[in-house]
Amino acid sequence: MRPELAQIWDWLDAVPDPEIPVISVVDLGIVRDVAWHGDMLEIAVTPTYSGCPATSVIAMDIETALRNRGVSDIRIKTQIAPAWTTDWLSEKGRAKLVEYGIAPPRAAGGPESCPRCGSKSVSKVSQFGSTPCKAHWRCGDCLEPFDYFKCI
Amino acid sequence: MDQQTATFEFLCRMGDNTLVLGHRVSEWCGKAPVLEEDIALANVALDLIGQTQMWLGLAAEVEGAGRTADDLAMLRDVWDFRSALLVEQPNGDFGQTLMRQYLFDQWHVAVLTALMESADPRVADIAAKSVKEARYHVERSADLVIRLGDGTEESHGRMQAALDKLWPFFGELFDDDPVDAAMAEAGIAPLPSGLRADVDQEVAAVMAQATLVIPADRFAHRGGKTGIRHSEHLGHMLTQMQWLQRAYPGATW
Ligand SMILES: [Zn+2]
Repeated sequence: MRPELAQIWDWLDAVPDPEIPVISVVDLGIVRDVAWHGDMLEIAVTPTYSGCPATSVIAMDIETALRNRGVSDIRIKTQIAPAWTTDWLSEKGRAKLVEYGIAPPRAAGGPESCPRCGSKSVSKVSQFGSTPCKAHWRCGDCLEPFDYFKCI
Repeated sequence: MDQQTATFEFLCRMGDNTLVLGHRVSEWCGKAPVLEEDIALANVALDLIGQTQMWLGLAAEVEGAGRTADDLAMLRDVWDFRSALLVEQPNGDFGQTLMRQYLFDQWHVAVLTALMESADPRVADIAAKSVKEARYHVERSADLVIRLGDGTEESHGRMQAALDKLWPFFGELFDDDPVDAAMAEAGIAPLPSGLRADVDQEVAAVMAQATLVIPADRFAHRGGKTGIRHSEHLGHMLTQMQWLQRAYPGATW
């Protein structure tokens, strides 16, 4: 059985990021390529941060999701170039991040506004946050701390 | 020295630097002065260990002897490590850890930026991936060196003491030897000495803002990157880092 590639991408778009489950691995922009080589499906995945502990979990989740759909011959290839950039986050993914309470990355190097109340009065608490891809910010109006998805 | 051997040595130097510093920084996990710094240190350590997997993975591939990145990290003895003396220095206080990090980061960004132009595309790819993380690291370490240097009397004193202590370990990063000459000749990596002027300028700017005085003496301790003379500290660190693979050879998750 060789499902269409569009179908495979749809299935992958249903695989959640293990650390930010509201977005999929496709939203995150880490699935770089999907191709059939004979009956073997090869998926190129790029790490977000080189030491991100979620990378191996993501590979396992992708494999499990596809096996459950009947694809058994799968090869997951780690591809480091070109290096992952937050520019590859999908629009859908960015919108979901805000809804979830995480400010999406911006080239300016900081969040535009508080994802909870929309205030523009925000300040950095720490350059690093709860996962390698996030920094820790705080809102000056609602006073709540929030995660900012680092821009790289 | 043939090029394969030189390339292997060079890749071990890159990977051992990130491995040893990554392990050192991870020693703070759970006991940093504040929670935010604890998290930052752990994240920096993770990035460095991730970069190690790429460098030592490529080293193992170049060596072609069937070893893996894990074998190189966990089963080599101290004399086979090629890390610079700077990164194996103990953490000391928080100021000393940060000063070590800053000096390393400033060199790291320079070398990775140059390696993005490497004639070996595998090296260029790893550098392009790593430099994004290194640039982020130096933003934080420079910022904290400035804030603590230009801080209270207590923090200023500690940062100056850290700089005085670590400065003699900085020069080794810019030493040229036959491995470097072979890498430069092949277009794989820049001569370390060629990076010094730009890095010195950056360091001088940060130290001026931090109101810290860079020692005038350029004396440098040597022997880490060649493996000839590591300090006593590396062996002690490896007993912690490698004990599981030594006690239970081949153990996996
Ligand atoms: Zn708010």
